Amino acid sequence: MFKFLQNKKTRSDFLTYALVILAFIVVSFLKDAGMIPRMIAGQLVPICAYIVMAISLNLVVGVAGDLSLGHAGFMSVGAYSGIVAAMSLSEAIPNDTVRLVIALIVGAACAALAGFLIGIPVLRLSGDYLAIVTLAFGEIIKEVVTCLIVGVDERGLHVLFNLTGKLTVDNLGLSETGVAIIKGAQGASGTDMISTLFAGFVLVMVALVIVLNLVRSRTGRAILAVRDNRIAAESVGISTTKYRMIAFVVSAALAGAAGALFGNSFSQLSATKFDFNMSILILVFVVLGGLGNMRGSIIAATILTILPEALRQFSDYRMLVYAIVLILVMIGTNNDSLKNLVARVIPKRKTSEEEVSADA
Amino acid sequence: MPKFEFERGKMVPVPSHSIVPERDVDSAPVLEALHLGIDFGGLKAVEDFNLTIGKTEIAGLIGPNGAGKTTVFNLLTKVYAPTRGTILLNGNDTSGKSVYQVNRMGIARTFQNIRLFNTMTVEENVKVGLHNTKAYSTLSGILRTPAYWRREAEAHERALELLSIFDMQDLANHQAGSLPYGAQRRLEIVRALATNPSLLLLDEPAAGMNPSETAELMENIVKIRDTFNIAIMLIEHDMSLVMNICEGICVLNFGKVIAKGTPEEIQSNEAVIEAYLGKQKEA
Amino acid sequence: MTVFLQYLVNGLSMGSVYAIIALGYTMVYGIAKMLNFAHGDVIMIGAYISFVVTSYMGLPAIVSVIAAVAVCTALGILIEGLAYKPLRQAGPLAVLITAIGVSYFLQNAAQLIWGATPKNFTSIVSFPVPAFLKAYNVSAVSLVTVIACLLIMAGLMWFTGKTKMGKAMRAVSEDKAAAQLMGINVNRTISMTFAIGSALAAIAGVLLCSYSPVLQPTTGSMPGIKAFTAAVFGGIGSIPGAFVGGILLGIIEAMAQAYISTSLANSIVFGVLIVVLLVKPAGLFGKYVPEKV
Repeated sequence: MFKFLQNKKTRSDFLTYALVILAFIVVSFLKDAGMIPRMIAGQLVPICAYIVMAISLNLVVGVAGDLSLGHAGFMSVGAYSGIVAAMSLSEAIPNDTVRLVIALIVGAACAALAGFLIGIPVLRLSGDYLAIVTLAFGEIIKEVVTCLIVGVDERGLHVLFNLTGKLTVDNLGLSETGVAIIKGAQGASGTDMISTLFAGFVLVMVALVIVLNLVRSRTGRAILAVRDNRIAAESVGISTTKYRMIAFVVSAALAGAAGALFGNSFSQLSATKFDFNMSILILVFVVLGGLGNMRGSIIAATILTILPEALRQFSDYRMLVYAIVLILVMIGTNNDSLKNLVARVIPKRKTSEEEVSADA
Repeated sequence: MPKFEFERGKMVPVPSHSIVPERDVDSAPVLEALHLGIDFGGLKAVEDFNLTIGKTEIAGLIGPNGAGKTTVFNLLTKVYAPTRGTILLNGNDTSGKSVYQVNRMGIARTFQNIRLFNTMTVEENVKVGLHNTKAYSTLSGILRTPAYWRREAEAHERALELLSIFDMQDLANHQAGSLPYGAQRRLEIVRALATNPSLLLLDEPAAGMNPSETAELMENIVKIRDTFNIAIMLIEHDMSLVMNICEGICVLNFGKVIAKGTPEEIQSNEAVIEAYLGKQKEA
Repeated sequence: MTVFLQYLVNGLSMGSVYAIIALGYTMVYGIAKMLNFAHGDVIMIGAYISFVVTSYMGLPAIVSVIAAVAVCTALGILIEGLAYKPLRQAGPLAVLITAIGVSYFLQNAAQLIWGATPKNFTSIVSFPVPAFLKAYNVSAVSLVTVIACLLIMAGLMWFTGKTKMGKAMRAVSEDKAAAQLMGINVNRTISMTFAIGSALAAIAGVLLCSYSPVLQPTTGSMPGIKAFTAAVFGGIGSIPGAFVGGILLGIIEAMAQAYISTSLANSIVFGVLIVVLLVKPAGLFGKYVPEKV
């Protein structure tokens, strides 16, 4: 009956699915029993969003081998389009679940479009140049979103682009029943918090199925081939631009959905939340979890979000400790002499470098 | 000087049709390169390269180091865009096409410095080669539709079949990067064959192989030509291999063709002997 | 016209600061081939040291600059030796994350030592500027900055072109293994490069804060990223490229702020970078080297 599990990679995939389902059941149970500290309970939906972010960035960085430093930009696009979708439909669709699903889809679609448009110039570059240009696009998205003023009333959506910095919500000309959704530099406020833990869980599962099935398919092989050797991939009839683009757009779409989930879980959210540091935060999840290793990304995103919360008692020193741990982990897992030492002490231990081949 | 015939305004190497009549270059050339050339800065790396290869011919491209042999391969596969000249593949002009497009038009190649997908398994490497012949959409891949299962099963079967040419089916689940050198070269050939080419370019296939491996490779190259009915052009420094299996040979020196002909003709050609100096005697 | 020239002067002065940072960045990148995100934070440390020496100890400005340079040079060597050297054989991502770790470390250490509240940095140079120059917004700081920038660039050109150490640096940046075989001490050369880069960062930090007097632990981040952009702009690894890139970036930024939008100024700067890289993939002065097949 479980014959399909004989394949090592299939087994690994199902282990990942099982782990996520189990974690969700345990967390839901603990939450109902009131056994989760308030500090962490508030982080549950954001953790789901971070996990999806890590999975999606891992597709670009780990699987496609393109170092993107602007992933928060796509999250931002998804968050604000998702918030606008959810808020502007609050009259038409009273059901929160349906609205959230629409918000996630709108967020994913908008981010995918942004990913496609940005991908056209970005994917002509590679290596550090690609990294610096994605960073640039991340900053551009942040500033552009900061200039947006959006409101809705019975006549429809009103959008202003605040180029000079002098416009305010009043310039939207909303009717009395109208609601301002995004207020420029202040960001979105008064958002209905419709995101739920269950929605977060479903999104994580959907993202996992999409990415893992993609990686195990013909398309995924082509993406991996392009990463391993671009010229060889071209020589066997694979358009490198096309497959890097597929990875980039799918990743952007998932980041957009994660953004919509994230955005609809806070009543107040400013655009500066999605800055360079957010992109780096996600990248750290991906690198520490192992390039191409989706299960690793999930675990890293969870632990690294909970840990700083748990370390709050050390307040001032917590980020310092985080920084030191980060450096030590990177040196410990990548320094050859240290690695050999570890290998001698603990035989057959997998290091992040060896997991490059996307085997989780 | 070697013998040339001038037909339809093209230079055609004589040997191909004189030796193997059924592999007639005139009625069915797979490749016609006309006045091909490329400049790097001011340097003419390849100049006025003309060559016609018959449908099932085994052709050799030889010359001293730095003569521009690999550059010719790079021109034919569009890794470099030619500065001048035309390439016809099965009669179709390849100008303006990129590397992956000319592969789809029928050229597959191997590389002098092996370029495998090192983190993938042997079977996956071949399946990447089957990318365009066993195709299904990205969406069917994600949703795992029946097309996905069918095509994947076909690809698996075909990959093992292709690997069996070199008796490599047992290595299917090994990581490509960890294979021994000779096996890596053979895997590159299998991967190229998987793209269903009409012309296979082999860049120093015997480099780094011992004599018994080379002898086996020689048999296999002929076997590949006979089973797949394709043309093969190879760059090789091992003269015994070239002289034994190539039906037509083209000699390149300083980016220019200095001789074309049958192995016998090339062996006695003065310009070739001069270009190689003592090297020719080893062969 | 006067207004335009004023903006130009602003751009030129700020551009010179970017150029000094970019020169350090480009030296380090050229040799270590890494995105050193901690470079911006070395700038911040330099500014704090200068601030402590002048405001807390009441010593003269020149002493504060020397102290900042000394501390940052030592810091640069220390960071390289402790964090980057063990990763010489590792992949670029591991080095990048480590650099980010170092950046977090410096920012949080600065916050622990000096607190999160911004310090008001008093300009280290003040001398009377002729009235006709003053009309165009030329201040003492801008004069000093532009001159310092030119001197530093000329010095670096001389250093990398004529001295033995400079030639060793160029050799190491081209091919580490070959340089080692030629008897060059690669580790010492890399260490030396970080020392120079960090010393430049210290000078840049002092000048940067003489312009915009707000000093806080995150002060260096954005100028660091922008200066890196400037280095890429000019062609990373190229000294004249970093200089021209820095100046251009400063001018584009000043003009964008003045004539288009203050809130979108960074976007415009980054937008220009993207366009430049698409037209010239290796930057203005960089050499594009295609992969050999």
